[in-house]
Amino acid sequence: MTSKTAQTLDRVVIRFAGDSGDGMQLTGDRFTSETAALGNDLSTLPNFPAEIRAPQGTLPGVSSFQLHFADHDVLTPGDAPDVLVAMNPAALKANIGDVPRGATVIVNTDEFTKRNLGKVGYETSPLEDGSLESWHVHPVALTSITVEALAEFSGLSRKEKERAKNMFALGLLSWMYTRPTTGTEQFLKSKFGARPEILEANLTALHAGWNYGETTEDFASTYVVAPAPMPPGTYRNVTGNTALALGLVSASHRAGRPLVLGSYPITPASDILHALSSMKRHGVTTIQAEDEIAGAGIALGAAYGGAVGVTTTSGPGIALKAETIGLAVALELPLVVVDIQRGGPSTGLPTKTEQADLLQVMYGRNGESPLPVIAAQTPADCFDAALDAVRIATTYRTPVVLLSDGYLANGSEPWSVPSVDDLPQMHVDLASEPNMTDDNGEPVFRPYLRDPETLARPWAVPGTAGLEHRIGGIEKADVTGDISYDPDNHEKMVRLRQAKVDGVTVPDVEVDDPTGDARILVLGWGSTYGPIAAATRVVRNAGQPVARAHVRHINPFPANLGDVLRRYDRVLVPEMNTGQLAMLLRSKYLVDVRSHTAIRGLPFTTVELAGAITTTLQEVQ
Amino acid sequence: MTTTTDLGMPTTGTPDGLAHVPHLPQDEPKQTKRDFTSDQEVRWCPGCGDYVILAAVQSFLPDLGLRRENIVFVSGIGCSSRFPYYLDTYGMHSIHGRAPAIATGLATSRPDLSVWVVTGDGDALSIGGNHLIHALRRNVNMTILLFNNQIYGLTKGQYSPTSRPGTVTKSSPLGSVDAPFNPVSLALGAEATFVGRAMESDRDELKSVLRAAAEHRGAALVEIYQNCPIFNDGAFEALKDRTQQAARIVRLHSGEAVTVGTEEDRRVLVRTTGGGSEFVPEAEVGARDVVVHDAHADDPSAAFALSRLDTPEMSHVPMGIFRQVERPTYDDQVRAQVDAAVDTAGGPATDDDLQALLRGKDTWTVG
Ligand SMILES: Cc1ncc(C[n+]2csc(CCOP(=O)(O)OP(=O)(O)O)c2C)c(N)n1
Ligand code: SF4
Ligand SMILES: [Mg+2]
Repeated sequence: MTSKTAQTLDRVVIRFAGDSGDGMQLTGDRFTSETAALGNDLSTLPNFPAEIRAPQGTLPGVSSFQLHFADHDVLTPGDAPDVLVAMNPAALKANIGDVPRGATVIVNTDEFTKRNLGKVGYETSPLEDGSLESWHVHPVALTSITVEALAEFSGLSRKEKERAKNMFALGLLSWMYTRPTTGTEQFLKSKFGARPEILEANLTALHAGWNYGETTEDFASTYVVAPAPMPPGTYRNVTGNTALALGLVSASHRAGRPLVLGSYPITPASDILHALSSMKRHGVTTIQAEDEIAGAGIALGAAYGGAVGVTTTSGPGIALKAETIGLAVALELPLVVVDIQRGGPSTGLPTKTEQADLLQVMYGRNGESPLPVIAAQTPADCFDAALDAVRIATTYRTPVVLLSDGYLANGSEPWSVPSVDDLPQMHVDLASEPNMTDDNGEPVFRPYLRDPETLARPWAVPGTAGLEHRIGGIEKADVTGDISYDPDNHEKMVRLRQAKVDGVTVPDVEVDDPTGDARILVLGWGSTYGPIAAATRVVRNAGQPVARAHVRHINPFPANLGDVLRRYDRVLVPEMNTGQLAMLLRSKYLVDVRSHTAIRGLPFTTVELAGAITTTLQEVQ
Repeated sequence: MTTTTDLGMPTTGTPDGLAHVPHLPQDEPKQTKRDFTSDQEVRWCPGCGDYVILAAVQSFLPDLGLRRENIVFVSGIGCSSRFPYYLDTYGMHSIHGRAPAIATGLATSRPDLSVWVVTGDGDALSIGGNHLIHALRRNVNMTILLFNNQIYGLTKGQYSPTSRPGTVTKSSPLGSVDAPFNPVSLALGAEATFVGRAMESDRDELKSVLRAAAEHRGAALVEIYQNCPIFNDGAFEALKDRTQQAARIVRLHSGEAVTVGTEEDRRVLVRTTGGGSEFVPEAEVGARDVVVHDAHADDPSAAFALSRLDTPEMSHVPMGIFRQVERPTYDDQVRAQVDAAVDTAGGPATDDDLQALLRGKDTWTVG
């Protein structure tokens, strides 16, 4: 045990930053797992370049991982780091601007060579020229100490030894914040089990980092962040993409229909394809298609055959899938389309987050082609959102778009693992017999005869005797489904399809207004949930009442949304786009909502949003 | 570095494309053409070759002895793609070029279905070229009927990817300058395991190629020459004309010499010293190296060479089955991987199995 003093903190934000090749995402992941195991609440924000290996030591090559953990509930990954770990000059330069003065900076001095400094435009070393005076800097020769600690590993090259420096850093930070390292040791064993020397080297580096903290005088104290009070339960840490994949599999299990995924790789959606590809044991079929159009087509073909058909992508892929989604609207078959939004237009910012596909998924198809749209709010909420998407698709026989984004996809938080018994039951009835009698009293099957309540048409899958029928993208006659160019029929069918989507049952939006006297409402959707909740907390703590609500269902909107909007003197709508939800709200409810927007590829900070809320408050006072 | 793993042997144990599709019981009366005729009014132009193909398919399907409800026709967009409406099976008229993708999802998730794709030269080779080549290379169990009329019919007569150079249409008033695809060559290049060609007007040949295609396990492509009397009339007239037919059509029979012509005037395909081939009169063959067609050869090169006999002038056009080989199908292998994972884990996932998945490996407990 450590002989140094231990201080107690209520919350900490740590950012690990280094070159893309330095293993910062892994280091962050491991620290997160250790923190989760300790029972802190947490939220993470990975931030990495689109290039797999941008030139070493350059600013574009910097990769970082931020983690916020606390003894209370955590809503965001944190605005500003209390501790920055900078593995090279580029990482320091790219991140120091976010680090408040007085915070701690741990730097790997070995990388501060003239050449590396030059690569990022430092004329003198910031470690020596006094420019870091206002920060609490710990210079650590991370690389050389690691290599030295591994001196006995004669089978490893210097390069291989250097590569273990992230484990040294992890060991040091684990010591500093009294995190248990057993999970990481287990992890290393399963990862490097087949290569004993590499395994030993990593374990040695991890322990060396820990011991370094304990023995050097530079680090005077360790810190303790007590577990957060969380409702009883079994917890695990999940990213949004993992939760989403688990939600899809759970929905398929509950519905008793196999899951078929058609997908083409694209950041930041690929991890869902990866996750589902390893869940074959749960009857999951994944087909890596030749392109996004085929991915949607494969999912639709499988849905026609009675499966839960899913296609996952990001904005550029949605553009390609549009025509197939329109076909699903016309065929009235269930199809789940997952859009993990990223910065656009075009290739845009592949690894950064944005909410700018909302109008694309609402309206980006030819003709009147309405479909339900659902937005996930937090990484763990991606699980529930996926279940909801499958419920709506299969109940109403419609394509459904589920919106997530890069921030939710890669960010993580503790998730209270639900009991399978508590998951919603999904009733999927496949048609098995004729549903009408014709003029001669003969039983017949009419593929477009609707359920009077849901307006859903029967799901009659091939292989069902007596229900042979033809469907297609040409307008169909009401009830019979035959080709029809009749004007009145077309008008009727367009309105029926709209009515079906309008009639999807969605829960009322809940308003969080603890004092009950707020005059302004902050309304958000999707991944702004955490930042908005954190910002309203800040404003309330300053004694100002403010109400908050978040819409999960964007199409159809909750029935009470109009009333809620009209209840407040002002409605503020923060979005990571130029005001897309605001536009929908204004056109539907004629309420003069105020947009607060930012399109920086990053989630809102609490400070920024709290500022916007305060400004709005002043306007109504 | 990526690793590869031994996929093991194909697990269906059958080269029969219809092995898993329910058949009618022996004692039930054989279906008739009428059983496969839907109540929809057929709306092609009078004289359209599509009628002939429809009649051939409707009268041929009973021969397969399958349950009607287990047959699905998926089409794209084009005159030809209206086909499914007229067949009393399951059917989907989808969107332009995408039928092979939709059929891939259906065939992979439903081994009990006989899946057919109906497509045109524009649908399959222009907008849908990507899906076509990938369905062929993956070898998904489906039968693709490519109606080649060398024109875009439905959009009223623009040149297509199979139109002969110089084709004059509304969009090519001075003649098209596009180099055309040869669909058979393309399919062979795309690793197809079954490639055939037939004339719409030659019902017996068409039926026999269709039958072999339907029974093939894997993706089968059948190019069908189809006349569009409205926008490209007579495109295949030289092959239909009884006086020229024999001299132009090369009927392929696996295991036999490749020949063209009539009894009296037969020419035989022989190899030339330069690695090519030429037709020579039977009497002059002598000791020359005669080309014997082998549709089952692993190497597609010889089949490809045969596909190249065909020129835009249609001086020698091979008909029949170019290639018919066994290769594990995509859908069988995908299902085998899922089935193996399920079996190894002791059967379909129970609630407990799902619970274990949700918990994952790294959990902690509060309270
Ligand atoms: C996305 C899209 N682009 C264009 C069209 C218009 N279009 C319909 S059919 C067709 C060409 C059909 O040609 P082919 O596949 O040869 O079929 P044919 O009519 O000759 O049987 C075109 C261009 C369409 N329906 N959809
Ligand atoms: S346009 Fe040509 S291909 Fe189309 S239906 Fe008429 S004749 Fe047939
Ligand atoms: Mg055509």
